[in-house]
Amino acid sequence: MILNATFLSAFAGAALILLLPERRAPLAKWIALLAALIGLGFAKTAFLIYDNSPAAPHFQFLTRIPWIPRLGISFSTGADGISLVMLLLAGIIAVAGVLFSWNVTHRPRAFFAFYLVIIGGVYGVFQSLDLFLLFVFYEIVIIPKYFLIAAWGSTNREYGAMKLTLYSAVGSALVLLALIATCAASGAHSFDLFTLADPSKSHFAPAFQSWAFPVMFIGFAVLAGLWPLHTWAPTGHVAAPTAVSMLLAGVVMKLGSYSALRVAMTLFPQGLEQWRTVLAVLATAGIVFGALVALAQKDLKFTVGYSSVAHMGFVLLGLMTLNLAGLGGSVLQMFSHGIIGGLLFAVVGRMLYDRTHTRDIAELGTMGLAKALPFAALTFTVASVASMGLPGFSGFIAEFTILKGSWISLPFFLVPAGLGIVITVAFTLRALQRTFYPSGESPAHAHVFDPISFPEKLGALLLMAATLAVGLFPSTLMDPILRSLQSPLMHRLLTEATK
Amino acid sequence: MTNLLLALAPESLLVLAALVVLGLGVSVPKARSLITAATLLGGFAAAAAILLLPVDGNFLHGMVVVDPVARMFKLVILGLGLVAVVFASDSFPEIHFAESLALILFGTVGMMLLTGTEDLLMIFIALELASIPLYILAAFAKEGRSSAEAGLKYFLIGSLSAAFLLYGLSLIYGVTGSTNLPIISNHSGIPDPLLIAGIVLTLAGFAFKVAAVPFQLWAPDVYEGAPTAVASLVASGSKVAGVFILAKILAIGLGPWAGSAGWGQFLPGWVPVLALMAAASVILGNLAALVQSNVKRLLAYSAIAHGGYLLIGLCSTGEDSLTAVLFYVVIYALTTAGAFGTVVIVEKQRGGSSLEDFDGLAKSSPVLALCLLVFLISLAGIPPFVGFFGKFYLFTAALANPALLWLVILAIAMNAVSLYYYLIVLKHAFVLPAKEDLRPANAPASRFLVAALALSVLALGLAPNLLLAPLAKNMPPQISARKVFLQ
Repeated sequence: MILNATFLSAFAGAALILLLPERRAPLAKWIALLAALIGLGFAKTAFLIYDNSPAAPHFQFLTRIPWIPRLGISFSTGADGISLVMLLLAGIIAVAGVLFSWNVTHRPRAFFAFYLVIIGGVYGVFQSLDLFLLFVFYEIVIIPKYFLIAAWGSTNREYGAMKLTLYSAVGSALVLLALIATCAASGAHSFDLFTLADPSKSHFAPAFQSWAFPVMFIGFAVLAGLWPLHTWAPTGHVAAPTAVSMLLAGVVMKLGSYSALRVAMTLFPQGLEQWRTVLAVLATAGIVFGALVALAQKDLKFTVGYSSVAHMGFVLLGLMTLNLAGLGGSVLQMFSHGIIGGLLFAVVGRMLYDRTHTRDIAELGTMGLAKALPFAALTFTVASVASMGLPGFSGFIAEFTILKGSWISLPFFLVPAGLGIVITVAFTLRALQRTFYPSGESPAHAHVFDPISFPEKLGALLLMAATLAVGLFPSTLMDPILRSLQSPLMHRLLTEATK
Repeated sequence: MTNLLLALAPESLLVLAALVVLGLGVSVPKARSLITAATLLGGFAAAAAILLLPVDGNFLHGMVVVDPVARMFKLVILGLGLVAVVFASDSFPEIHFAESLALILFGTVGMMLLTGTEDLLMIFIALELASIPLYILAAFAKEGRSSAEAGLKYFLIGSLSAAFLLYGLSLIYGVTGSTNLPIISNHSGIPDPLLIAGIVLTLAGFAFKVAAVPFQLWAPDVYEGAPTAVASLVASGSKVAGVFILAKILAIGLGPWAGSAGWGQFLPGWVPVLALMAAASVILGNLAALVQSNVKRLLAYSAIAHGGYLLIGLCSTGEDSLTAVLFYVVIYALTTAGAFGTVVIVEKQRGGSSLEDFDGLAKSSPVLALCLLVFLISLAGIPPFVGFFGKFYLFTAALANPALLWLVILAIAMNAVSLYYYLIVLKHAFVLPAKEDLRPANAPASRFLVAALALSVLALGLAPNLLLAPLAKNMPPQISARKVFLQ
């Protein structure tokens, strides 16, 4: 129940906001903040009371209610270490997103209601143990994204919103097809993840796996920004309002990679074996090309958008290593990039763009931002340093572990991935330096902007604290992740697929 | 005899109510609310008769057959008829108001009779009784040219298809010697060429009814031109009745000549014909809807696409496939009726149903806009609304024949396309600002009904079992057991 309370609080908050009368509309952000805090509270409590001792069951907080018995569908939720890390991420981003949306005054009720629906759907995906239920939550996220971007976004918003939504819809269509075929092929009359993943209860022929796996994996990976299906991400991120960019980069892309791991890879280890190299190539291409394109951007938000593609490439590469280090690093990278990506978009979209009304790196450089907005400069510097993978921040330990994993099982991919890290450092430093610390003389007349507001500082501190905490004490997250990767559900990945 | 009268009590009560309404129309033509109340009262009486007089049985050698599923569908159709009555009461002009409501009742009687028979003669008569009032109603907005065009087009193509159907039915009768569906299915042996001709002609007749490609040409013009309340009945009640009886004819009567539409394993029969029509409908409906600028016309193309999804379910021999088809047609009808209800109110407010007329709807009538979102997202097959589960169930059931995968892939791909045009409508309602500030139209009954339909679409989406469990439990054994005939 404690898990279900996360998405229930989000949906209840959304319903409550819709019931607000028009003159009470400014209350919407308070309700949203409250709902997000409650959700984070439940996620954090679940994380803290999760029993990670070796003898404890891997999946805890189980709820199981028959839902549509005729199709073997049940409302089945629960969490292992991987789910809990993702739930925690969703909670942190949800709260930070509301704080960075504190200045939304245009139709605030609709904005925060749609926002909370996304949050609820995300929480739901990370705890579903029934494939139908997981897909329901996964799909709930699609539509609100469209409205949030199309109605509250900026540059080219209607195009960006539609592009993003249609990419998501195509990905979902692939997943739906694979899901229906899976349930027809299993013969288990069940959508329960454990039943389907248990070879004694449902058997998927290798011929079936060899097409069902790529269809399902790619369907999910569209959302994770798999190259070359990633182009929705930069366009959508840039068009979106700040909170939605944060959600997209922070958690929605992780829905794709998490579901790919939890469902596609877990169910079809033999299919995975066949497609592993291809997918590793695509993941590495995402790292390298994402970073190279980011290097060429003039628009600061596009730089961050393409950096998301590069960082998600690491997540996907980690998944393809199929060893403990790589997979664990991949899950940690989902968390780490969620926080860092959210922080970068918060600075670019809220702290800078809302004040300067430009995202052009060269133009921003003329404004003396380091002096005018010192807190923004500090935040962006911390986020950049974390994003480059400097020790002490979460990004370092995650990417380092992924590289370690790929050294063991995918050594040929180490060189391009390492190259990707170098380019990442280059474009991050370039953006940081040109925006905040341009060479040459400081401008004669200093620009004056509204000071960074209290909610912004609070949100930024929350995210900075999260990335620093994980960087300094990675085992807090890594221990439950590593133990969960060896659970009966997941261990086939480490054994069967690498035979 | 008493039992037969009791079995026909709901229809009889509706006819009585229609006559009373006609009388009121002559004596007090201005008393709109009285006329509407009398119509609804007759409807409620018929609903009570369906619920309280469970006289199941087979009367007059299959002319009248009442079973739990038939009663469920009578109730659904009656409900959709009354929904159309309420929409009409909020939007129809003063002149001939009572007559229009009476015609809706007569049409509903025909659709209800259609669900309760296993005899070709009765099927044809009921079909005509359901269609002729709709032809008249489609032309009821007498001041507009498009309504007259809609009525004429509907009538001409409808009569042509009725001729096809009658010809087909007479050939089936000629070969098998019976008009009774179970007896027809006992006729074994190599299919006679005459019988094949009969089956194809029958399919063509019904393809018109459910607007399947290539017999869909009437649908966009009728949906757009007819008064919106009538379009809602054509799209919902008429579709439910048509799909129900088509499923019954195919499953019970024509089971032995099904054939197969599996990829690489085509066998002659009606299934391959149906599969081709399904594929064409899904493609054409969804692609043509992309470029529409009128919401009613867009809904017409969406109806063609949804007709295609339903035909896919009919192609499958899976145990659950007919249950899935019937489930889907009911929830589709509820959803599309709600969508048309939204159009009724918007038309009243803005005077048209083009996309621009929906601009800024979320600001002027937030609840209505939210309802529209529920209906269209459900039609696009996205949870938590019931359209998602409906499609999921339909496609899962269809894949009981794994060889039908090609149809399911096509349908899922085209369904992803459909999200685009539904979002375009919602973009006008939620994103674009209104050009002028308009007061919400005064249509309390329709508003209430639209909200209720939206809630039911949400409730069924969260708990599909509310409809699925009774439907699956009551499916007649001869329909579930039909797989023995096939392949």
